[in-house]
Amino acid sequence: MSTMSGARALITALEHEGVEVVFGVPGGAILPAYDPILDSPIRHILARHEQGAGHMAEGYAWATGRVGVAMVTSGPAATNLVTPLADALVDSVPMVAITGQVATHAVGNDAFQEAYTTGITMPATKHNYYVTDPREIPDVVREAFHIAATGRPGPVLIDLPKDVLNGEMVWHKPAKLSLPGYRPTVDAHPRPIKDAIKLVEASERPVLYVGGGIIKAYAHRELLRFAEATRIPVVTTLMGRGAIPDDHPLALGMPGMHGNYTAVTAMQQADLLIAIGVRFDDRVTGNPATFAPGARIIHADVDPAEIGKVRVPDVPIVGDARKVLEELLSKWDGRDAPERREWLDTVAAWQRDYPLRYNQHPDGPIKPQYVVEELNRLAGSDTILVSGVGQHQMWASQYWKFTEPRKWINSGGLGTMGFAVPAAIGAKVGRPDEQVYAIDGDGCFQMTPQELITASAEGIPIKVAVFNNGAHGMVKQWQNLFYGGRLSAVDLGKDFPDYVKLADAMGCVGLRADTPEEVGPAIEKSLAIDDRPVVVQFVTDSEEMVFPMVPAGGSNDDIILSREDLP
Amino acid sequence: MSQHILSVLVENKPSVLARISSLLARRGFNIHSMAVGPTADEGMSRMTIVVDAPEMEQVKKQLHKLVNVVRITELDPQTSLEREIMLIRVSAAPGKRGELLEIGTIFKATVIDVSTASMCFQVIGEPRKINDFVELVRPYGIVELVKSGRIAMGRDTKTRKLRAIG
Ligand SMILES: Cc1ncc(C[n+]2csc(CCOP(=O)(O)OP(=O)(O)O)c2C)c(N)n1
Ligand SMILES: [Mg+2]
Repeated sequence: MSTMSGARALITALEHEGVEVVFGVPGGAILPAYDPILDSPIRHILARHEQGAGHMAEGYAWATGRVGVAMVTSGPAATNLVTPLADALVDSVPMVAITGQVATHAVGNDAFQEAYTTGITMPATKHNYYVTDPREIPDVVREAFHIAATGRPGPVLIDLPKDVLNGEMVWHKPAKLSLPGYRPTVDAHPRPIKDAIKLVEASERPVLYVGGGIIKAYAHRELLRFAEATRIPVVTTLMGRGAIPDDHPLALGMPGMHGNYTAVTAMQQADLLIAIGVRFDDRVTGNPATFAPGARIIHADVDPAEIGKVRVPDVPIVGDARKVLEELLSKWDGRDAPERREWLDTVAAWQRDYPLRYNQHPDGPIKPQYVVEELNRLAGSDTILVSGVGQHQMWASQYWKFTEPRKWINSGGLGTMGFAVPAAIGAKVGRPDEQVYAIDGDGCFQMTPQELITASAEGIPIKVAVFNNGAHGMVKQWQNLFYGGRLSAVDLGKDFPDYVKLADAMGCVGLRADTPEEVGPAIEKSLAIDDRPVVVQFVTDSEEMVFPMVPAGGSNDDIILSREDLP
Repeated sequence: MSQHILSVLVENKPSVLARISSLLARRGFNIHSMAVGPTADEGMSRMTIVVDAPEMEQVKKQLHKLVNVVRITELDPQTSLEREIMLIRVSAAPGKRGELLEIGTIFKATVIDVSTASMCFQVIGEPRKINDFVELVRPYGIVELVKSGRIAMGRDTKTRKLRAIG
């Protein structure tokens, strides 16, 4: 019987899973796996930092809906991967991470480049494996992909000691999955569906509160049909932007700390929230005790632990978002959509009276919101928009008109600065025919810019708009609002680095816009380039703040609409 | 905060104990005691976890998210069978041994070690009984005390009870 190494078995198993690309960085313990990958059709993308590899895998997963794969060595490489894992866990991104480990006989001896990877990543993964026998590899890989992609998706890590990679085994097709403790509930129970329909019928001011679960479950069509059939307006959380087209009459946009007035207030005044694929995050609810006080709650999620964690629902539904919506639709079937004149008129009046607003002076500094709108106008809503974390992220989410799911990629739950550039690369690798544009802050950009070298070297022509406000703008905003304007450690300066030169040095085209009239042309120029990555620096107004705003832990009733309304 | 008893069936996989204790710690649930051992099925272990938490829904749901956790049963302290083992060494000058032995007899405790200065008892029983024993011997001076942590199972309420035993 012919044998193969554990390393080859690993690569073979990845091929069986249909993996087309692995993002990684090699090193001592993972060396054995880097040899058979040379003979594999799997493309390897050499990231410049393991955090980059991890976020690339996430971006790939976000854009394609498939499992992203990162492969790195032991010790410092594995610890560098912890941030993307934690990010993927809280944002439910399907991902498999493969880490090398020192040989089994050296484990526990503080060997060179030994870190207790499974221990360190235990709370940062959905599940992890420490493999001690090469014969386990086919089954472990099968299980890892299954766990990563099903139920509430998430990251799974496989730690492979070097002697296990070098050991010989006879390849076998993975056995039937044996996971007695892992049986996600996908199909919703009929009873709560019936109860939910009763609440929907009885409600006068219902709101659909939907998030990332809709995107993950590909439930956007069912969502739209249900919203239209019941004529219920829809708020989309930061993770759920694109779940319903923003130009749809029932779309209210983003709720929460920086949500628009209508989305926030509609939830506050609702008598029913139909929450699907959301987790009542504190950035949405503000103080949970004052959140949507008059609303009864239907809460559907594939993760039962999310139901009742923050707010006890009247109707809990465990199930996949699409299945739940299909069931709701079939039970609703045939009924006429209620008029809901009064409620929809109220909502429309809020939209008219309290729109998002900013003021771009022709001679003033560039307003970041203006850049988002111009970018949206010129690049189009079919662009995949990736964002960093901070003010620019909120403006991107507020002002971009999302029309489809999986066109908005950002780090919501963990709020990971440095996410945008590598995630954009991963998205572009997964969707090479689509335009991928990242909006990044100057602070975020400076955390992972080296991945643009990866993009140049690998021919991945992403575009990055750097919003250079010379500051950790979001932190500065909080210091201005809550620390009496005492600014501490938020000044980045606008002069360094020279983004054009930096872009150039990394093999990208560097562009810049300093005035409002330069914004459009700079974007157009960037769009015309498709053979290299492009970095466009927009020197934006340092004083601009994100509004509306509900102060952390405050009541959503006390939403502050603009600087003029500050107490 | 009230104490709850969970009987948790887990796959006998590496680190499963660490996964459970790390999860409970991370979610802010306080572990009062935890006892683990093999079951009749060698692929599975049974853990009895006593947790301090205001309500158990979240604890159970979070534990269920662990891939190696197969089944969780919350046991009602009123109706379940609970046992604990304690080894306790008490100062016992020769003149005190008789009194201590008497207390031991009442509690069906077994003396498992005696020296010139101390006696070691093994006590098995419900946690309350064990605590009572501790209080009774405390005045003599407790030298060392170790408890196994509680183990528990539900009573058989499905089949008709022949006789309440022990
Ligand atoms: C890794 C990491 N470190 C620190 C923070 C805290 N933080 C949140 S937003 C922010 C500032 C972001 O600055 P920038 O990228 O320039 O965005 P801006 O708010 O200026 O648009 C900081 C430091 C974080 N979210 N992530
Ligand atoms: Mg900034």
